[in-house]
Amino acid sequence: MIKQIRPAVLMIAVMTVLTGLIYPLGITGIAQILFPHQANGSLIQKDGKAIGSELIGGNFTSDKYFHPRPSATTEPDPKDPAKTVPVPYAADNSSGSNLGPTSKALVDRVKADVAKLRAENPGAPVPVDLVTTSASGLDPDITPAAAYFQVPRIAKARNIPQDRLKALVEAHIEGRFLGVIGEPHVNVLKLNLALDALRNG
Amino acid sequence: MTVNGWIQIAIYSLIVIALTKPFGAYMTRVFSGERTLLSPVLQPLERVIYRICGIDETEEQHWVTYAVAMLFFSAAGFVVLYGIERLQAVLPFNPAGQSAVEQSLAFNTSISFVTNTNWQSYVPETTMSYLTQMAGLTVHNFVSAATGIVLAIALVRGFARRSARTLGNFWVDLTRCVLYVLLPISIAVALFFVWQGMPQNLNAYAQVTTLEGAKQVIAQGPVASQEAIKMLGTNGGGFFNANSAHPYENPNAITNLVQIVLIFSIGAALTNVFGRMVGNQRQGWAIFAVMGVLYLAGVAVVYEAEASGNPALKALHVDQTPSALQAGGNMEGKEVRFGIANSALFTTVTTDASCGAVNNMHDSLMPLGGMVPMVNIMLGEIIFGGVGSGLYGMLIFAILAVFIAGLMVGRTPEYLGKKIDAREVKMAMLAILILPFSILGFTALATVMPAGLAGPANNGPHGFSEILYAFTSATGNNGSAFAGISANTPFYNTTLGLAMYIGRFLMIVPMLAIAGSLAGKKIVPASAGTFPTDGSLFVGLLIGVIAITGGLIYFPAVSLGPVVEHLAMNAGAHY
Repeated sequence: MIKQIRPAVLMIAVMTVLTGLIYPLGITGIAQILFPHQANGSLIQKDGKAIGSELIGGNFTSDKYFHPRPSATTEPDPKDPAKTVPVPYAADNSSGSNLGPTSKALVDRVKADVAKLRAENPGAPVPVDLVTTSASGLDPDITPAAAYFQVPRIAKARNIPQDRLKALVEAHIEGRFLGVIGEPHVNVLKLNLALDALRNG
Repeated sequence: MTVNGWIQIAIYSLIVIALTKPFGAYMTRVFSGERTLLSPVLQPLERVIYRICGIDETEEQHWVTYAVAMLFFSAAGFVVLYGIERLQAVLPFNPAGQSAVEQSLAFNTSISFVTNTNWQSYVPETTMSYLTQMAGLTVHNFVSAATGIVLAIALVRGFARRSARTLGNFWVDLTRCVLYVLLPISIAVALFFVWQGMPQNLNAYAQVTTLEGAKQVIAQGPVASQEAIKMLGTNGGGFFNANSAHPYENPNAITNLVQIVLIFSIGAALTNVFGRMVGNQRQGWAIFAVMGVLYLAGVAVVYEAEASGNPALKALHVDQTPSALQAGGNMEGKEVRFGIANSALFTTVTTDASCGAVNNMHDSLMPLGGMVPMVNIMLGEIIFGGVGSGLYGMLIFAILAVFIAGLMVGRTPEYLGKKIDAREVKMAMLAILILPFSILGFTALATVMPAGLAGPANNGPHGFSEILYAFTSATGNNGSAFAGISANTPFYNTTLGLAMYIGRFLMIVPMLAIAGSLAGKKIVPASAGTFPTDGSLFVGLLIGVIAITGGLIYFPAVSLGPVVEHLAMNAGAHY
C-alpha cells in the first residue's frame, strides 16, 4: 500500500509538466503562428487603436448607434471595494443576472426597459432579447428583430432614411451555419462600424 | 419549439450515435494494451513515464491496491493544486497580478478539480493567474477525467474476468488514458477552437477604447487549450466566469456543437467498450438505449419550458414568439447566437453528464427547465454521464435492476453471467444512497443555519432551489450552478467541498469493491431461466428502477423548489 505513494507523487509531477505546461504552451506557440488574430482575442483596430473585439459585446448608449442587449456585469465599487456597482459589458468580470423567472427584480427591470423602448418605437412589439440580460453579460449579438426595432430611432438621430438602415441591417444578418445550426444574429459592433462608414461615405 | 430546433437536436444526437462504435473500438484497444495508430509516437513517451515513476507495466493490482493508488494520486494532486493557488502571486505567468487564493476558497477549488466537479466559487478572470489555470486546473481536467475513465474500466474488467484476483494497474491505465485518448483529441480540438475564435495567449488583459470613447478591459488567456479538455473530460470548469456562454469560450454555433459532442463522446463510447469487453456489444447498446431515452426526455422538457417563455414578461407585452427574425422564448440568461434550442440542449447534456459547463445561466431557466438539470444530477449523472463515472453509476443501477427482477421471479439474480449476491447488492445500495445522504443532508443543514440562508440571491421557492442545486451539483460532481447563490463563504466553501469529496470517493470505494468481488466469480452459462439483459424488457426495467429510485428519494425536495415555483409562477406570484 505505502508503495503507491512514490508513483502518486511522481505521476502528478509528470502530468503537471506534460498537461499543464508542455500542452498549453505548445498550443499557444502553434496558435500564435497559425491563427494570430484569433489567438490574440480577435481585436478590431480603427485608426491604429483597438476599439473592441469582434467577439465581445461593448456598450452603446447614444441614440445614433444600435444598442446591445442589457448586461448584468458589475465592477467593485470605487468607494467601497466590498460592494459592486453595475457596469454593463465589463469584459474582465463576465456574469449573468441570475434572476429566476419569478423574481420581482426581473419583472421590475423589464417593465422599465419596455417603457423606454415603446417610447422610441411606439406600436412595435418589443423583441425579448432587447429587455433580457445575456448569460455572459458580453453578448456581442442582437437578433435581427432587435436590430430592425431600433431603426426608427437611429434614422431620426442620424437623419438617414429608414430603408437604407433596414438594408444595412439585412446585409449584416449572419445566418445559421449550413442553414441549420445556430440562430440568426447581428453583431452590434460590426453593424455600428458600418453605420459610421455609411455617414462618411 | 420549432422544426429547426428539433432538427438541430436530431443532428447532434446522430453525431453521438455515429461516434460511439469507432471510438469505443479505439478505447477498447487502448485499455487492452493493444497497439494503436498512435503507438509509434506515444509508446516511447509512455515507457519514459513508467521509468520516471518507477512503475512495472506488467504488474496487476487487487481492487484494494487499485483504490489506494487512486486515493494517493488524488491526495497528491490536491496538495500540489492547493500549493499553486496559494503561491500564484509569486509564481510566473500572472500578468493580471492576481493575489494568493484565500484559504477556504483554495480548499474548495482544489477538491472541486480533483473530484472532476469543477464547481467554481470564484470568478476566474479576477482570481486565477494563467499559471494556476494551466499547471493547476488544466492538469486536473486531464487526470480527474482519466481517473474516472480507468475506474469504469476496472469495473468492466470485474464483469469480464473470471475467477481473477486483479483488476489491472491504475498507473498504466491512467497513463494510457491521458496519452492515447485525452491528449491527442485535446490538441486537435484546441487548435480548431482557436481557428474558430478562441483566444490562446499569455497577454495582459486588452485595454480598448470604444467608439463612444468608453474604456473596456477585455480578459485574455490560454483559453482554447483548457476548453478542449474541459469538455472532453466532462470537467466543466470555465476559463471565465460565464463559462461556455462567454463569447471567447464558445464563439459560435459550431464550437457549441463540438463542445456538446465532446461532453457525450467518451461516456457514449464507454458503453461500447463495456459491450466489447464483456464479449457482446448488444449489452453495451442496451445501456446506451437507457441513456438515450432519458436524455431525450430531458431535452424535450427543457426545450418546451424555455420556448414557452416567461408569462410575467408576456404580460408586459414583450414579444417571445419565435419567428424568422428571433428565437423568442425565455432569453434571460441566454445568448442570441445559441437561442433556445441550443441552450436547452446544452443544459440537458451538461447535466446528463457530470460536465457542468453552461452556455446559459441555469439560475434564470424557467422552473421546470431548471428542474431537469437538477433531477439529471440527482439520478447520479448516469445518462452517458461523467467520463467513466456515468458508466459505473449506470452499472450499479443495472445490478439493482437485475436484483429486483430476480426477486420478482424468485431466482438468484445474475448479470453477464455473474451471480449477484448479497454483498454486491449491499455495496450497490451504499453507492446509490451516499448521494441523497449528502444532497438532502447538507441542503437541510443550510436551510436551518443563518450562514446557509445568507447564500441565495433570489427570494421564495427559487431561493431554496439555489441551495438544493448547489449541494446536488457538488455531490454529483457536476459543477454547474444556480449561480446567484453566494457560495464563496467559509460555510459554503467548506460544506460544498465536503459534499464533492463524499460524492466522489464514498461512491467509488463500494463500486471498486463490487468490481473486485465480481472479478473473483466464475461465469455461469446462460440458461432458459436467465433474464436477458440486452433486450427492450431490460431497458424498460432499468429506466423504471432509475426513475422510481430517484422519484422516491428526491420528489419531496424537488416539490419544495421548482414544482412550487412553477405553480406560483402560473398564479402570477413574484418574489
